[in-house]
Amino acid sequence: MILAVVYKWDFGLVLSYTHLWAKGLGVTLAYSVGTIAGGMIIGVICGLLLLVRSRWVTLPVHYYVEIFRCTPLLVQIVWFYYALPIVLQVELPDWFAAGLGLTLYMGAFATEIFRGGIISIDKGQWQASRALGMTGGELMRHIILPQATKRMIPPFVNQSIIQLKNTSLLYVVAIPDLMYTGSIIVSDTFRPLEVYTSVAIAYFIILYPLTLWAARLEARVDQ
Amino acid sequence: MTSSSEVMVKVEGLRKSYGNVEAVRGVSLEVDRGQVVVVIGPSGCGKSTFLRCINLLEKPSAGTLQVGDRLVDFGATHSMPRGRDLARFRARIGMVFQQFDLFPHMTALQNVMSGPVIVKKMPKPEAETVARDLLAKVGLAAFTERFPRNLSGGQQQRVAIARAMAMAPEIMLFDEVTSALDPELVGEVLDVMKQLATDGTTMIVVTHEMAFARDVADQVLVMDAGQVVEQGRAEEVLLRPQNPRTASFLSRFHSTIGERKA
Repeated sequence: MILAVVYKWDFGLVLSYTHLWAKGLGVTLAYSVGTIAGGMIIGVICGLLLLVRSRWVTLPVHYYVEIFRCTPLLVQIVWFYYALPIVLQVELPDWFAAGLGLTLYMGAFATEIFRGGIISIDKGQWQASRALGMTGGELMRHIILPQATKRMIPPFVNQSIIQLKNTSLLYVVAIPDLMYTGSIIVSDTFRPLEVYTSVAIAYFIILYPLTLWAARLEARVDQ
Repeated sequence: MTSSSEVMVKVEGLRKSYGNVEAVRGVSLEVDRGQVVVVIGPSGCGKSTFLRCINLLEKPSAGTLQVGDRLVDFGATHSMPRGRDLARFRARIGMVFQQFDLFPHMTALQNVMSGPVIVKKMPKPEAETVARDLLAKVGLAAFTERFPRNLSGGQQQRVAIARAMAMAPEIMLFDEVTSALDPELVGEVLDVMKQLATDGTTMIVVTHEMAFARDVADQVLVMDAGQVVEQGRAEEVLLRPQNPRTASFLSRFHSTIGERKA
């Protein structure tokens, strides 16, 4: 109550750290793009592996997906940052170790999205293609994937939006993203209210247009 | 049709089981070039499974299958073709399905071109000529640019027939192709099939259309519980069935079979 009455907002001071903010924003975007792209590649590879009829191939992929879906992302980030280098007995660059957990996490979800898109295509499409004499590669490329990618796009955009927000967890391993940059500015200015409000607004400004775009995409795919 | 009776398909002792259930129990059949074979029988009798075994959409458990000069022996361990070899085997056999299964992201024309272009690597202009001719033949010259969703069931099924024919198959398989159609659309599809038969296309047709069997079939195969219970020339099987099970199955259709005899 008292705070609300006497508190004098001062965004000017907080926003004067332009250089730091810009760098933080850049780091957030870089990790988002990098881990989403990496996860997408993993998702396509693992999604295709799941279609192989050998259990020796599908079972490890299933375990990978389940491990990353059923453990908290924060634990994964910390584990890959602090524990993996001990297991491997190698020194990994900080930026790389920090992004590893995020990438593999995105990969697990992308795998499911990819697999879901493919198996959503009617069985008749497969049998009609095979009956025409198409090989597995031909029917995948010309018949299944063109239809499946359309259905994969909306869930993939949604997962990417979540992924961008998740990069804020890099805060715990001291990667100077938006969130961590905010905490540095707080310790300099003692202005947590303005700083963390600014951080939230920054995420919102990036993501809100993306969600609008995702909604439009979804409406178009549904046609 | 042709004077020399060249055998196009020869099936011997074909069996197909799913676990403990045997859907096809030792079916044999010989189809000459230009012949139309109609397979009838109650639903669940294994006639569709039998048909799907012929282009190896189902892998038979036992027996032999010869299409053209290619013999597959399912008793032998490694005779089942795989990969590209299997694809080539299927490319010589056309198949049309109950649910049409057209490619929804392609126009009617692109659907018909898909086999020649993707499988045979035929140049597109050439494939387009083939496809336009076939679409005209099935009465859809004016619908080449339509997507499947903008075509009626009967039109879709005719595109599907043209799509299969575009591969210039040695034999055509029809799996209950009119069962999913509204009654008033059945005729247009059957007319196309009759035309193919007249043109000398070798066909195996699984159907419930007894009038079609009577008018078009050279040979009728009656299946029940996975076995052939009667087999022979159409008029003999349909009008003078020897087997009581055939007789009882056909009695349900007698008005249809006899209608043009009156």
